[in-house]
Amino acid sequence: MTILQVNDLGITFGGLRAVDGVSFQVSLGEVFSIIGPNGAGKTTLFNLVTGIYRAGRGSIRLAGEDVTQLAPHLLVRRGMARTFQNLQIFFRMTAIENVMVGNHLSERTSLLADLFALPSVARQNRRTRERALELLERVGLAHHAETTAGELSYGVLKRLEIARALAADPKVLLLDEPAAGCNAVETEAIDRLIGQIAESGVAVVLIEHDMKLVMKISDRVLVLAHGKRLAEGSPRVVRNDPAVVAAYLGEHGAREADRAHG
Amino acid sequence: MAEFLQLVFSGLTIGAVYALVALGFTLVYNASDVINFAQGDFVMIGGMGTVFLMAAGLSLPVAAMIAIVAAVLVGLLLHRLAIEPARGASPVSLIMITIGASIFIKGVAQLVFDKQFHSLPAFSGTAPIAIGGATILPQSFWVIGGMFCVVAGLWLFLEKTLIGKAVLATAANRLAARLVGINVTVVLALAFGLSAAIGAVGGILVTPITLTRYDVGTLFALKGFAAAMVGGMGNPIGAVVGGLLIGLMEAFGAGYLSSTYKDAVAFVAILVVLLVMPQGLFGRRAVERV
Amino acid sequence: MLRKILSSRIAVLLLLAAMIAIVPVLAPSSFYLRVAALVWIFGLAALGLTILTGYAGQVSLGHAGFLGIGAYAVAVGPAKLGLDPLLSLLLGAVLCGLVAYAVGKPILRLKGYYLAIATLGFGLIVALVLTSEGAITGGPDGMQVPRVVLFGWRIAGVVPWYWISGGALLIGALLALNILASPSGRALRALHDSEVAAAGVGVDVAAKKLAAFVISGVYAGVAGSLLALMNGFITPEAAGFMHSIELVAMVIIGGLGSVVGAVVGAAFLVVLPQALTVLQEYEQAVLGLLIMVFMIVLPAGIVPSLRRLVLERAA
Repeated sequence: MTILQVNDLGITFGGLRAVDGVSFQVSLGEVFSIIGPNGAGKTTLFNLVTGIYRAGRGSIRLAGEDVTQLAPHLLVRRGMARTFQNLQIFFRMTAIENVMVGNHLSERTSLLADLFALPSVARQNRRTRERALELLERVGLAHHAETTAGELSYGVLKRLEIARALAADPKVLLLDEPAAGCNAVETEAIDRLIGQIAESGVAVVLIEHDMKLVMKISDRVLVLAHGKRLAEGSPRVVRNDPAVVAAYLGEHGAREADRAHG
Repeated sequence: MAEFLQLVFSGLTIGAVYALVALGFTLVYNASDVINFAQGDFVMIGGMGTVFLMAAGLSLPVAAMIAIVAAVLVGLLLHRLAIEPARGASPVSLIMITIGASIFIKGVAQLVFDKQFHSLPAFSGTAPIAIGGATILPQSFWVIGGMFCVVAGLWLFLEKTLIGKAVLATAANRLAARLVGINVTVVLALAFGLSAAIGAVGGILVTPITLTRYDVGTLFALKGFAAAMVGGMGNPIGAVVGGLLIGLMEAFGAGYLSSTYKDAVAFVAILVVLLVMPQGLFGRRAVERV
Repeated sequence: MLRKILSSRIAVLLLLAAMIAIVPVLAPSSFYLRVAALVWIFGLAALGLTILTGYAGQVSLGHAGFLGIGAYAVAVGPAKLGLDPLLSLLLGAVLCGLVAYAVGKPILRLKGYYLAIATLGFGLIVALVLTSEGAITGGPDGMQVPRVVLFGWRIAGVVPWYWISGGALLIGALLALNILASPSGRALRALHDSEVAAAGVGVDVAAKKLAAFVISGVYAGVAGSLLALMNGFITPEAAGFMHSIELVAMVIIGGLGSVVGAVVGAAFLVVLPQALTVLQEYEQAVLGLLIMVFMIVLPAGIVPSLRRLVLERAA
């Protein structure tokens, strides 16, 4: 079932068409990857879809509803969560607190209840904490729960961001280079995690430079170049598309992709 | 029309001093992200220093020179003894240090000077000059002209000298500047010294019109900070425009609306500007990069 | 374990209660009690900034404006409108909340130093109004604040106000700690570190900032009312720029985001100038010097720096 429908999306920064008429659709339970060279507009596309930038043209539909001009915090309400290319971690909070903030939308207390520490707040805190701990376990970070996020390593924080995004119970999860800066073991873990998330019925939209990872776990791949769609299809189709191979994966990338599937 | 012109003159005069203070804020901010709340006190050191040196028998130019050097020394010492030892502290902590420094400088100024208001004689007489039905004091020309000389000098220094370019490079990107071998500590010291000199010049120029006392720095810091913000923090042109604008708003506010509420008029104007342009008039529009 | 104890809500409240209880035993003169009561009152105002600046990371250089509104509420209410002083205090708090809402809604879109200058402008305007509207406020000379009569008991003198302000501080600290450990508190701390990420998990950043601004405004307002009631006299200087700076200085020197820190910072800036009066003309210079030295030696603020030291010793 199609959950996210992006149609003819575009934005211009000082004359530069950073994203130029891009369309795609993603279904529940699918891993949909967006690749392309640096500066192709991948992250800008994410920022458009998640409401951080206002689209200059085009439309975004989430679960059939038009959400094009919606603010980020309202999009989360409708089931869209994301991680960030440059870590956006709450560095002064502990790992578990980071994930607890991810639960924000499901928390049922009011400001006044919080001020006077009504019993409902304690109950809510307990529920939120349990849920956050489950998510930390799911991404393999339960042992870091009480560590201040600022003291954790890059690879760990990448997974912490995924746990925080999952806490919002998304239908669509956008991951911006989740494996960047991770070692082989960490990449392996993220690979498995993404598979599990998709299996649980979430639509995963992935930006990633690790071609091996992309070719292995994606159901479909969208190739961007200069803000435009260059190709789209299964990993096999994209990999064999001469235009993509020549211009964007380059020889080296093509070989690597071959190895991953060979 | 004559009244309008009169208000323009007085607004530009006081605005020129705000512009100088704002320039000082800008220099230090660009080198360190820190707002130096002792900026206004350099204005006081310039004015009070000249007053007391002249009272000791020195001529105006000599007294002014020494006062400027004294302000520069205070600026350098502030950097060396208070900012440098706290390197790596958050901007909030560094700002707190400059607030402490401002209180300290005022405290010492009470001891070295006194608690009275003082004035300087006008540099070239007090006979008002009539222009278009309005009159302007010769000292106003000194203030406005002095401001433009400082701006021109600063521009030449930043654009034409190697060390000036190092300052600009540091302002643009501190890490990159360090990587190409610029000594960021020296640049910051230079920023403190320069901003002190600029502030002192402003203080000397304006004292014949506005009087000075050990604690006038607070007011100048406040207005200079506002000027730097309305112009767009970190932009020298914005600082100058912001300073003149606030001077004019005050003058118009006092002339046309209410002299008691002239500061309110200026600040409401600032709020309006910032609400329309949250990065100030000339500030870089930040595109959120995530 | 030690870390848990040091940060537990009850430990913090007990510590503050102990401080409030012990001053009258150690220093029973009305002079010392008055100074201590001032610490509790300014500590209360600083606690508001702990929520706004310490938790949520939003700077205000105009909070003395709320202090002034609260102070003049208990002066103008009874004197000009014939209201009961306690009702005036409540109305003052409500007024502070409303003003904070109206002012905060547009200006909290601004960030960092831009927000600082906008709040500074707000504080300045409040001080100007209090100074200039002499018919209502008595102008720059200020005005008398009528005594509070509670159930026929006229509250006068330092001792009752000492306990009232101490109690108010404890309540303020309790509420601030409650917020910290709640969903709202987590949201505030989150947007302090990354607004984008906070919005990305559904936090309504603008609404949360506004809530923090309103709460902090009410804190400062109540503190202002207590200040005016205790002194029995108020001048526009209460709303002055230097007071705003002092409030911010209290939370930074004490330690940003720390509840005990806010009170320690208040003690630093209330007690020190009193103690330094023996130095006469050197007072201001020494005060400035001490602020610099403390910030250079303990850049994270007094309480967090000491806390780290204790934890390192224990480890």
